[in-house]
Amino acid sequence: MKILVPVKRVLDYNIKPRAKSDGSGVELSGLKMAMNPFDEIALEEAVRLKEKNVATEVIAVSCGQVSSQDILRTALALGADRAILIETDYDLEPLAVAKCLAKLIDKEQPNLVICGKQAIDDDSNQTGQILAALLGWSQATFASKIEVTQDHLDVTREIDGGLETVHVSLPSVVTTDLRLNEPRFATLPNIMKAKKKPLETISAQSLQIDIAPRIRVLKVREPDPRPAGIKVDSVDTLIEKLKTDAKVIG
Amino acid sequence: MANLIIAELEKSSLKSSVRQLITAANKLQGDNHLLLIGYQIGDALAQAKQLPGIKKILVVDNPALGDESPEKTTEIVLSIATNYSHILTPASAFGKNFLPRVAARLDMTQISDVIAIQDATHFSRPIYAGSLIADIEVTESIIPLTIRISAFDAVMGDEDNQAEITHLALPDLPQLSQRIALQLHESSRPNLDSAKIVVSGGRGLGSEENFHQLLEPLADKLSAALGASRAAVDLGYAPNDYQVGQTGKIIAPQLYIAVGISGAIQHLAGMKNSKCIVAINKDPDAAIFSIADYSLVGDLNEVVPELTSKL
Ligand SMILES: Cc1cc2nc3c(=O)[nH]c(=O)nc-3n(C[C@H](O)[C@H](O)[C@H](O)COP(=O)(O)OP(=O)(O)OC[C@H]3O[C@@H](n4cnc5c(N)ncnc54)[C@H](O)[C@@H]3O)c2cc1C
Ligand SMILES: Nc1ncnc2c1ncn2[C@@H]1O[C@H](COP(=O)(O)O)[C@@H](O)[C@H]1O
Repeated sequence: MKILVPVKRVLDYNIKPRAKSDGSGVELSGLKMAMNPFDEIALEEAVRLKEKNVATEVIAVSCGQVSSQDILRTALALGADRAILIETDYDLEPLAVAKCLAKLIDKEQPNLVICGKQAIDDDSNQTGQILAALLGWSQATFASKIEVTQDHLDVTREIDGGLETVHVSLPSVVTTDLRLNEPRFATLPNIMKAKKKPLETISAQSLQIDIAPRIRVLKVREPDPRPAGIKVDSVDTLIEKLKTDAKVIG
Repeated sequence: MANLIIAELEKSSLKSSVRQLITAANKLQGDNHLLLIGYQIGDALAQAKQLPGIKKILVVDNPALGDESPEKTTEIVLSIATNYSHILTPASAFGKNFLPRVAARLDMTQISDVIAIQDATHFSRPIYAGSLIADIEVTESIIPLTIRISAFDAVMGDEDNQAEITHLALPDLPQLSQRIALQLHESSRPNLDSAKIVVSGGRGLGSEENFHQLLEPLADKLSAALGASRAAVDLGYAPNDYQVGQTGKIIAPQLYIAVGISGAIQHLAGMKNSKCIVAINKDPDAAIFSIADYSLVGDLNEVVPELTSKL
């Protein structure tokens, strides 16, 4: 089984993002970037399937600027066999990313795509589902457990109210939730080895698909701040305030 | 053109989120049509007839639709989608699962997690865990939207809406996936998404036993739902669907009590729009205090039992 793992380069999750002063976008210059945390989980799952001899090859793919090569190198250090950058200067929307991936999938013919459930910058939670629809494949989103049988997967999904297990036919697109696994860290020897693994670049233009933005961002702004709160020194004062000031309890 | 609202069902009844969807749809132009998909959904249909602001109800009630499959839901929505300018569904596990499929097949761009609708082409949505808001314009001919339910008020009142009821023909359905197990936690507590009061616990609770022994009596006294931070869920103190935050539930109750939660940005994303926030933490510098209305610095093992007994 060949597995494709789409990985996105995003602002490190520890950093608080700021809007550009003219409101035209998000200030990213000079800030630490990293692989989207859900994609680390996706990659880890793919690598484990390879270690169990279920998967034969793991390919990491990123769509974006040349700078995304750094997370692809990380993916190689974490166990991907090869990496592909679909290069463009556009800020791609999920539909455009999925179209790029679908083109690549035509060529690479993987049986399984494991991607993150959401990119922590745009928080769209769409790409995997779109890709499955474009390909006519089954999908299993928000996975917390994946079991591979012959030509099917049994995937446990985190849903509102509990857990659901779905039996899906292959090929399939699975998106990862937080509790699927705990990703490993890249070791120094593996980082060195990764430098020799293949990293191919394809220009998005050469795929001949329409990836132009369809959403016009008019303004990026900070949300309205909450009014400052107060410190209460005892449980009695707290109850008093909740009853008489906030009026949220009887 | 009309707006298509795709309601979420729970055990053949309508989820209350349909009322927030109607409020959202009323900010657009045109009539609102409601689509109900499932098996043996007579209760939902009866409830739908009482909803204000619905002109037409479309129903697909079939044994093949008992398991909420995104592939099947997509085919049904596609059989009527081109009659609509906007398609609305909740930004819940249900809505997020199928609507991007619909958008892809229509070759339209979906707008996720809408928190404000200015008019038919202007929307606001949070990005970066709600640290920032993007005001956007989309002018495509069909606009699929997932709506953040906590950002809209529910339409109030029941009335016989005299809606025209149409039973749709079942399109060809793909057999790509099948539900083989469903484990829902039975709970007598209010639903986390719709509860007026939420008591939420974090890593500070220290153990699963402590989580339940301290927080349940408090939640009982307040008729509150229970929530948790990611750390508490990862450690097994609470089930996964208790998780509040960027990648869990996003809620805005009247009162949110955060116990032993540090206030990571990903957690704040899920609760910072609550009307009143109480934080109990032993660390006076905890980030949660920066957004709390009432901050109580103290050991939760003492504070929580005292609070419970005095309420
Ligand atoms: C991709 C991604 C997505 C994420 N999504 C979410 C999400 O949706 N929701 C979420 O919550 N997190 C999420 N996180 C995790 C988040 O970054 C934090 O790690 C998490 O919220 C921390 O949980 P916590 O506050 O319970 O634990 P901690 O940060 O460890 O805080 C525990 C707190 O308890 C206090 N405490 C300890 N003992 C006591 C005591 N006896 N009395 C009083 N106070 C005490 C401590 O002072 C501390 O402030 C996500 C992270 C990533 C990378
Ligand atoms: N530019 C990109 N390159 C590669 N993969 C991506 C890209 N954008 C999104 N993805 C994948 O799609 C998932 C969901 O992203 P989103 O739909 O944007 O929330 C991510 O976790 C990635 O696996």
